[in-house]
Amino acid sequence: MLTKTRLLLLAYCLKFALVIGLLWIPAFAAIDVYQFNNDAERDRFHTLTTELRCPKCQNQNIADSNAPIAQDLRAKIHTMIGEQRSDQEIVDYMIARYGDFVLYQPRMNSTTYILWFGPILLLLLGIAIVIFISRRNSAKISLTETSSPELDTLEQKKLAALLNDTGKKSS
Amino acid sequence: MPRALLFIPLALFVILGGFLWKGLSLDPSALPSALINQPFPSFKLTSLENPERTLTNADFAGKPVVINVWATWCPSCREEHPALLAIAKQNKLALIGINYKDERPAAQQWLSQLGNPYLFNIFDDQGTLGLDLGVYGAPETYLVDAKGIVVYRHVGEITEEAWKEMLHLANVQ
Repeated sequence: MLTKTRLLLLAYCLKFALVIGLLWIPAFAAIDVYQFNNDAERDRFHTLTTELRCPKCQNQNIADSNAPIAQDLRAKIHTMIGEQRSDQEIVDYMIARYGDFVLYQPRMNSTTYILWFGPILLLLLGIAIVIFISRRNSAKISLTETSSPELDTLEQKKLAALLNDTGKKSS
Repeated sequence: MPRALLFIPLALFVILGGFLWKGLSLDPSALPSALINQPFPSFKLTSLENPERTLTNADFAGKPVVINVWATWCPSCREEHPALLAIAKQNKLALIGINYKDERPAAQQWLSQLGNPYLFNIFDDQGTLGLDLGVYGAPETYLVDAKGIVVYRHVGEITEEAWKEMLHLANVQ
C-alpha cells in the first residue's frame, strides 16, 4: 500500500518536472549571436523580433522560432538595424513581403475594423440590453405599486356584497 | 415577452455554428500574399545550370510564366516534381525554377536524375529573391503575367485546381 502511494507520488513529481521542462524549452529555442553598436540597437532588435510573427510557424514570433525563415528574418532585421533603418522602415519591409499577417498588432483598415471595434460594440450592446431589461423590470414594479392594493368605491361595494353573501350562506 | 424572442439564442447558436463549420475547412497555414498584383521583385542572379550566365527580370518578360520555388532539401518538392514534369510536357506555359537556398551541385544532380521541367533555373542560394517574394515554405508557385505582375500564388505542392486556375488566369486553353 505504502509503495503504491510512493509510486504515485513519484509519477506525479515526474509529470511536474516534465511540464516545467516543456515550459522552459521555448526560452532556449532560438540562440544566435548578434553584435550591436549599442544597447539601443539591441533593444530595438529585441522589440522588433518579438513584435513580428513568423510566417511559417504561425504561433511564434520570429525571436522565439527556430525555423529557417525566422533565422533569415532575424538576420535581415539585424542588417537593417546596422544600416540605420528606422523601425517603421523595417516593419514596412516585412509587410511588403509577408503581408499584414506578420504583425501581432494589426493595423487599422477596412478589413480590421471589426477586430478593433467589435469588442466595444459588443460591450455597448451588452450595456444597452442590461439597461433595457432593468428599466422594464423597474417599470413593472412601479406599475404594480401604483395599481394600489386599495380598492375604489365600486370595488369596495363588490367586496362588501361578496362578504355579505358568504356571511349569509355560512350562518 | 414575445415567444419569437425565445429563439434568439438558437439563432445565435446556428450563426456561430456556421462560422465554426466554415472554419473546419479553412487552411490556417494559407496566407494572403502581399505580392498579388505587384510587380515581380527585381533580381540579378546567376543561372543554376551555368554560373557564368546572369539572369534578370528581362529573361522572362513579355509572356506569362509560371515560377516554381524549389530546393533539394525540401521533401514536398520531390513529391511535387512528377507533377511539374507533366506540366512541362503540356507545353502550355513556360516553367521557370528558383532554386532556393540550395547547393549548386546537389541541385544540378537533382535535375539530371529526376528530369528537368524548367526552361531555366534562377540560383538563389542566399535566399534574397525568396525573401523579396515572401517565400515561407517551399515549394511555392507563382504566375507572372506578360507585364511582370504577379497574378497568382500557390503555397505547397501544386494541385490540379491551382494549375487550372493559372491556365485560366493566363488565358491559355
